[in-house]
Amino acid sequence: MKGRQIPRIAWPLFALGLILLFNLMFTDSFFAITIKDGHLFGSLIDILRRSAPTLIMAVAMTYVIATGGIDISVGSVLAISGSIASLVVWGGNTQYLTSAGSQYYAPMLSIILIPLVASILLGAFNGVMVSFIGLQPFIATLILMTAGRGLAQLLTGGKVLNFRHAGFEFVGRGYLFGLPFPFLLALGVIVLGTAITRLTPMGLYIQAVGGNRSASNFSGVNTRLVLLFVYIFSGFAAGLSGLVMTSDITGADAGFMGLYMELDAILAVVIGGTPMEGGKYNVGGTVIGVLIIQTLTTTILTKGIPTEYTLLVKAIVVVVVLIIQSNKMREVMGKRQGKMMVKGGSAI
Amino acid sequence: MGGKLLEVHNVYKVFPGVTALADVDFALERGEIHGLMGENGAGKSTLIKVITGVYQKDAGTIVLDGQEIHPTSPLHAEALGISTVYQEVNLLTNLSVAENLAIGRQPTGTVGIDWKTMNRRAAGILEKFDIDIDVTELLGNYSIAIQQMVAIARALELDSKLLILDEPTSSLNADEVEKLFKQMRRLKEQGHAIIFVTHFLDQVFEITDRITVLRNGKYVGEYATPSMTKLDLVSKLMGKSLDDLKNFDSISNHVETGDDANLIDVKGMEKTNYMNPFDLKVRKGDIVGLAGLLGSGRTEITNLLFGTQKPEGGELHIKGKRVNLNSPRKAIAHHLALSPEDRKQEGIISGLSVRENIVLALQVKKGWLHNISIRKQTELAEKYIGMLSIKTSGVNQPIETLSGGNQQKVILARWLATNPELLIVDEPTRGIDVGAKMEIQRLLVELSKQGMGIVFVSSEIEEVVRCSNRVYILQNRNIVGELLGEEISEQEIMVRIAAKGDRKV
Repeated sequence: MKGRQIPRIAWPLFALGLILLFNLMFTDSFFAITIKDGHLFGSLIDILRRSAPTLIMAVAMTYVIATGGIDISVGSVLAISGSIASLVVWGGNTQYLTSAGSQYYAPMLSIILIPLVASILLGAFNGVMVSFIGLQPFIATLILMTAGRGLAQLLTGGKVLNFRHAGFEFVGRGYLFGLPFPFLLALGVIVLGTAITRLTPMGLYIQAVGGNRSASNFSGVNTRLVLLFVYIFSGFAAGLSGLVMTSDITGADAGFMGLYMELDAILAVVIGGTPMEGGKYNVGGTVIGVLIIQTLTTTILTKGIPTEYTLLVKAIVVVVVLIIQSNKMREVMGKRQGKMMVKGGSAI
Repeated sequence: MGGKLLEVHNVYKVFPGVTALADVDFALERGEIHGLMGENGAGKSTLIKVITGVYQKDAGTIVLDGQEIHPTSPLHAEALGISTVYQEVNLLTNLSVAENLAIGRQPTGTVGIDWKTMNRRAAGILEKFDIDIDVTELLGNYSIAIQQMVAIARALELDSKLLILDEPTSSLNADEVEKLFKQMRRLKEQGHAIIFVTHFLDQVFEITDRITVLRNGKYVGEYATPSMTKLDLVSKLMGKSLDDLKNFDSISNHVETGDDANLIDVKGMEKTNYMNPFDLKVRKGDIVGLAGLLGSGRTEITNLLFGTQKPEGGELHIKGKRVNLNSPRKAIAHHLALSPEDRKQEGIISGLSVRENIVLALQVKKGWLHNISIRKQTELAEKYIGMLSIKTSGVNQPIETLSGGNQQKVILARWLATNPELLIVDEPTRGIDVGAKMEIQRLLVELSKQGMGIVFVSSEIEEVVRCSNRVYILQNRNIVGELLGEEISEQEIMVRIAAKGDRKV
């Protein structure tokens, strides 16, 4: 009887399938994948590549939301990380900024590590605000969302920092094993998150804190440490996203990079079936959620629909997916199943 | 007067995998107080929820006042004249007391809400219950008991034909219960009918006219209260013979004391404005009861022992070694366990399965590097589900879908899994049925015989007497006395609690 319950992830998968089916019928060679210089090319590969920055953020956001929290500062952390990376490429010296196109040779390790460490510290700031100071997650991360974007602009002096750096450009543009490197990075983050939550009790504790923080405390769970961890992981993921994006566009625009990306990340988590009130999470669902958003965007672009409609179409699809998997809808479906069962029962 | 107000016939309610109600009848006369009783999972709550429109019945009829009704929501039921007070207070703690009493029918003046009238009316309503509080204060700032009384006052003010009280007395003290009963009798005289769901046998016999008993989702029978004895009722509830009950009393009265070394020894532990300095000893195999009125310091002691509240003074020795417990984590590391008073807020973690709820504390004890595999978790959960006969469809059932008694057993399982040397249980049998109550008492006695030290808090003196071999008497956040072995009796405890009677603050 329990087998009748439709898993939450079925609906987002169904929605993704519908969008792909639409493309199969109406978009030429959408599914074509060609091999060029040992790299895979095609719309599908492009979707994987472009979805990477959101995917990295959204996976970490899933854990934050599972604790009953939210991190709306990730877009700003991304901008800070990207700005720092550009500065490091420039050797911290922007006053000679004249033309893009010249080549710089800052050491790779510092370009990667300095922004990531900064992002982890910013995540820790959020975590401390939420767990030790006891601020509401929305408010705590709102502080960094606003202040962070200002900080990024201060760092870059309000300029758009362009650069060339062969090594660093690989992060956002490179291919490995025929696949886009950013997508592999996203896979890496998924593996890292899964390892931490499955190989240690972190996964159980995250759900426990989201389900009932006070009872978790009574059971001895170090709830502060758990909260600190999810915000640090979220900061780290946002920083990594920033590196991917900065490397891809070979420059940092502190005012606009990652703007509103926190909303896409949160949306993906919700589409994926992780409830906003916390207590449960579904990383697989989040991945599907990100793919839905990106496939939709790509579809709209390839169909030549004016970009003004992009947000509208996105909104409609999102609303439909959310309605289908809402509790109310599940209740209605469940009732139908229940009635069928009663009939079945009386027949025996 | 007289005549049927509510008639429920052949009602069925089926949930996936469970038949919650099968062919249940229920009849309520005008002007009567009718007790609805049953063990956990008997179907009381489901029946109430079918009547109040939270659930829709799958078959059967409900007739109110001669007309068949199909309540579709609690609001609809309220409009039909059925109002309900649930076990857990479901008012808005972030609004003032007066606002809570006036929700949906705020008096309006020329501009918006007439706050003065609203506050005056609210104070008037509460006066009937002899509750003298500031009605402009937030509801959440008052104790659960006061909140419960406000919820009851609100339901009574709705002036409905039928009032349902679903375990309203769980968090009330004797005085407050008396006030509630006074109001119930007044309503009865006015011709209102009341369905009273409770687990307290004394209360059922004191206030009800008739009793309907359910068991396992089925109708057992309807009885006139004066025609029954307590033992009759208990045997109907449990579907067990009376010999079983007597038998139980005899085992529990002979708790054996262990060796004389102290498991824990507390000297002068205190916290300002929380608990006055107290001494307390527990030996291996002891069941130490804490007896006192609500707010006398029972729960405060458990929290100070377990580190959920940090003591400001005093010493704690565990097996002769001085330790400082300032967090539950440390207490767990020292083999202490606490099953807390407030099951919903501090006990169960909804969203998590029975399995995850059971392994949580053990996982904490094992530490970050020793992850318990799902297979081990399942084994562990199955072991305790069997040992405590927890009624669940499986280890992965979400805990919030279990009945209260089974939830309580899961919390006990969580702590037993850590293999504690000292188990502190705070109201482990509150709001659960007679059968589960006895099972839990029997379990505690069994554990103490195996050498576990137990601190047992309960507001039911009878229970404390039955299980404990030492009882501390509490008054106004002080331990004022100690009873040992043969000295422990209901009368003695009552006398000691009431002694001096000075309620200085």
